[in-house]
Amino acid sequence: MDVLKKVPVREQDAQERAHNFEEVCLGYNKEEAMAEASRCLNCKNAQCVKGCPVSISIPDFIKEVKEGNFEEAYNVIAQSSSLPAVCGRVCPQESQCEGKCIRGIKGEAISIGKLERFVADWAFENNIKPSVKAEKKGKKVAVIGSGPSGLSCAGDLAKMGYDVTVFEALHELGGVLVYGIPEFRLPKEKVVKKEIENVKALGVKFEKNTIIGKSFTIDELMDKYGFEAVYIGSGAGLPKFMGIPGENANGVFSANEYLTRSNLMKAFRESETPIMVGKKVVVVGGGNVAMDAARTALRLGSEVHVVYRRSEEELPARVEEVHHAKEEGIIFNLLTNPTEILSDENGWVRGIRCIKMELGEPDESGRRSPVEIPGSEFEIECDVVIMSLGTSPNPLISSTTKGLEINRRKCIVTDETTGQTSKEGVFAGGDAVTGAATVILAMGAGRAAAKGIDEFLSSKGN
Amino acid sequence: MYSILEAKELTDSIYEFVVEAPNVSANCQPGQFVIVRTNEEAERIPLTICDYDREKGTVTIVVQIIGAGTYYMKDLKAGDAFCDFVGPLGRPSELIDTPIDELKKMKILFVAGGLGTAPVYPQVKWLHEHGVDADVIVGAKTKSLLIMEEEMKAVSGNLYITTDDGSYQRSGMVTKVIEDLYAEGKEYDLCVTIGPMIMMKFVCLLTKKFNLKTIVSMNPIMVDGTGMCGACRLTVGDSVKFACVDGPEFDGHLVNFDEAMKRQQIYKTAEGRAYLKAKEGDTHHGGCGHCGGDK
Repeated sequence: MDVLKKVPVREQDAQERAHNFEEVCLGYNKEEAMAEASRCLNCKNAQCVKGCPVSISIPDFIKEVKEGNFEEAYNVIAQSSSLPAVCGRVCPQESQCEGKCIRGIKGEAISIGKLERFVADWAFENNIKPSVKAEKKGKKVAVIGSGPSGLSCAGDLAKMGYDVTVFEALHELGGVLVYGIPEFRLPKEKVVKKEIENVKALGVKFEKNTIIGKSFTIDELMDKYGFEAVYIGSGAGLPKFMGIPGENANGVFSANEYLTRSNLMKAFRESETPIMVGKKVVVVGGGNVAMDAARTALRLGSEVHVVYRRSEEELPARVEEVHHAKEEGIIFNLLTNPTEILSDENGWVRGIRCIKMELGEPDESGRRSPVEIPGSEFEIECDVVIMSLGTSPNPLISSTTKGLEINRRKCIVTDETTGQTSKEGVFAGGDAVTGAATVILAMGAGRAAAKGIDEFLSSKGN
Repeated sequence: MYSILEAKELTDSIYEFVVEAPNVSANCQPGQFVIVRTNEEAERIPLTICDYDREKGTVTIVVQIIGAGTYYMKDLKAGDAFCDFVGPLGRPSELIDTPIDELKKMKILFVAGGLGTAPVYPQVKWLHEHGVDADVIVGAKTKSLLIMEEEMKAVSGNLYITTDDGSYQRSGMVTKVIEDLYAEGKEYDLCVTIGPMIMMKFVCLLTKKFNLKTIVSMNPIMVDGTGMCGACRLTVGDSVKFACVDGPEFDGHLVNFDEAMKRQQIYKTAEGRAYLKAKEGDTHHGGCGHCGGDK
C-alpha cells in the first residue's frame, strides 16, 4: 500500500446512480478503515483539530480505529460532535481538518471524513449510544430549530444536565438535513433519524409543528413557560431570486422549493406532493445547494445544465460534489449569466436568455469578478429553471422579539465566542447569524452557544 | 396528533372540522392560516382559519374536497385526528391593528365567494365583537353550495346573498350586488374580499372604479408556509411578495391576478395536467391531485 495515497472509498457507479436516490458513497469497511487509519502520523501538535469547527480529537479517534477499537473511537468523537454520521458525509473536510493534515503536504491527506463516517455507522450497527453522566441541573432551555445547529446545541446542553426542549416548525425533525440535503448524499432513515434518536437518548425533548414567532414568542417561552435561556438556530430561510424578467413564470422554482418537494415531501418517490420534472432543467448558481438541485433533477429524469457566472475555479460547491455531478452527466455552462427567463403565451418557461461573462479584477471576496461580454447573449431552451442563489434570514423571529438586534443583512447579531445576542438569556447561531453557510459551521456555533448558555445560567445561580 | 372534536359536511364536498390545537388557538387572529396534513404521506395543505376558541383550545377549518390531498379528509370523523396542524401562519388581518374608534367610523363591506365565506366569517365576527357591524355579500354557485348563512347572519350588519343561478335570494355574481348597492346610493370606505382568484380579480376591477380600497386574501400554492420555498410568490405593485410571510392579505388593486392565476395552474388544472402528462409521459402516475393516477 502507498502511504502517500488515500485508501479509495467505494462508490455507486456513476451511470447507475444517475437514475436512483441511493447513497453515492458506500463508505469504508473495517479493513479499509483500519488501513486508512494506519496512515495517520498521530501528530503531537495536531493541525487537523484546529481545522475542525467542533474540535474533535481527531488523532485520538483515528488511533483507536487503527487498533480496531471502534467503540472507543466513537466515544472520542461523541465528546465533541452530536452528529458524526452527518458530518462524515457532508462536511467540507478538504478545507477543514483534511486541509490542514500534515500527511497532505507530501501526499494525500488522511480521509478523516470517511473514517468519522465509518465509526458513526459502526456505532449505529452495534447500537452504541452516547451517554449522559452529568447531574440534572433542573433548568429549562429552549432551542429553536432542529437543524444541525439546534441539535448540536441541544445535545451539548443535555450532556451538561440541562432540561432541553427543541421546537421545530416543520412536521419532520432535522431542518436542512431533511428538507435540503438529498437522500443520495445523506440518507434520512439510515442516518438522520438515527442521529436524532441519539440526541433524544440524551434526554432532549422535541416539539414539532411549533413556529416560534407565531405559535409562541420568545418572551412567552421565557415568561410563561419557564425557559431560562433560549437558543435561536432557525436557519437561513427565504430564498433569493435574481430579479430578472420572467422569474415568476410557471416552471421557475427556488432550489429550496425543488429540494423540499423532493426531500421533505418525498416527491422523488411519488408521494402525494407533486414535483415538476423538466425535459431540460437549468440550475442557476454554483454552490452545494445548486449541485443538490441539479443532481436531484437529473435523477428524476431531466437533462440538467448548471449555469454559473464565474469559472470552474470559483465554484463555491465542494470539489467532490462538482466531480460527482460531472460524472453523473450534469452539463456545466460556466462564465454564463441569465438575463431573462422566456415563457410561452400560457406562462410556461420555454427558455432562458444568458450572456457570456469574462473574469475581471478581484472583488471584495478576493474572487475575480465576472464582467459581461457585450453582444454575447444567447438562449438555452429549457422548461424548468431552478434558482439556487442563496437565502436570507427568516424574519419570523427577529420581527416578533423585542430587543433582538439584527444587522443590515437581517442576520441576528451575536458575540462570536458565546453566541449571546443583544437580549438577555437569548443566544443564537448557525445560518440565522451568518447567513447561508455549512452544516458544520452551524454545529460549531451551536456548541459554542451551549458553552455560553452554561456560563450564563451558572453565573445566574438559582 | 391533533384531535378532531367535531366534523360535519356543510354541503356536498365542503366539510367543517373543529380541531384541538391549543398552540394555534392561543395566538391566532382573523386572516391567518394553518397548514394541515392528514397522514404521513400527505401534502401540506394551507387553510385559512375560520374560527377559534382560546378557552377550549380549538381551531375551526373549512375544507373543499378538490384533490388527493383533501380527498382523505372527507372520511374524517369526530375522534379521528390530523397528523400535523401547524400555525398560526401569515399576518393577521389589517383590521386587527386598526384602532376600534377608527373602525367604528368606517363603512366596511365584505365580499365572500364560495369557500371564501369561511375565512371571511372570523373577520366579521371579530368586528361584531368589537361593536362594528359590517355589510357582507356572500356569493355561491347555487343554493346547495351556500355555507354558514346562519352564522354570518348573526354577526353581520346587512347580509346580501346571491347565487349565480338565481336559485336562492339575489341572482348573479357578487360584482352585480356591489354595483346594485352603489346604484342604491350605498358607499363604503373599505372592502375585504375572499374567494376564488377570478372572483377577487373582478371585484378589484370594479372597486377600483368606485375608488374603494380593497383587501384580498391570496391562496397560492405553498409547501412549507414559513417563507422557505418561495412557491407562493406574487407580484404586488412593483415587488415580489411571499403570500405566506408577507400576506396572505394584500392590497387587491396592486395584485397581479393574471400571473397569480397562471401560477395556480402549475400542478392543478386540465391544462397543467395535460402539460404534466406531455412533459412526464409515462413517469406521471398521479400526485398532481387531479389525474387520479394515484388512486
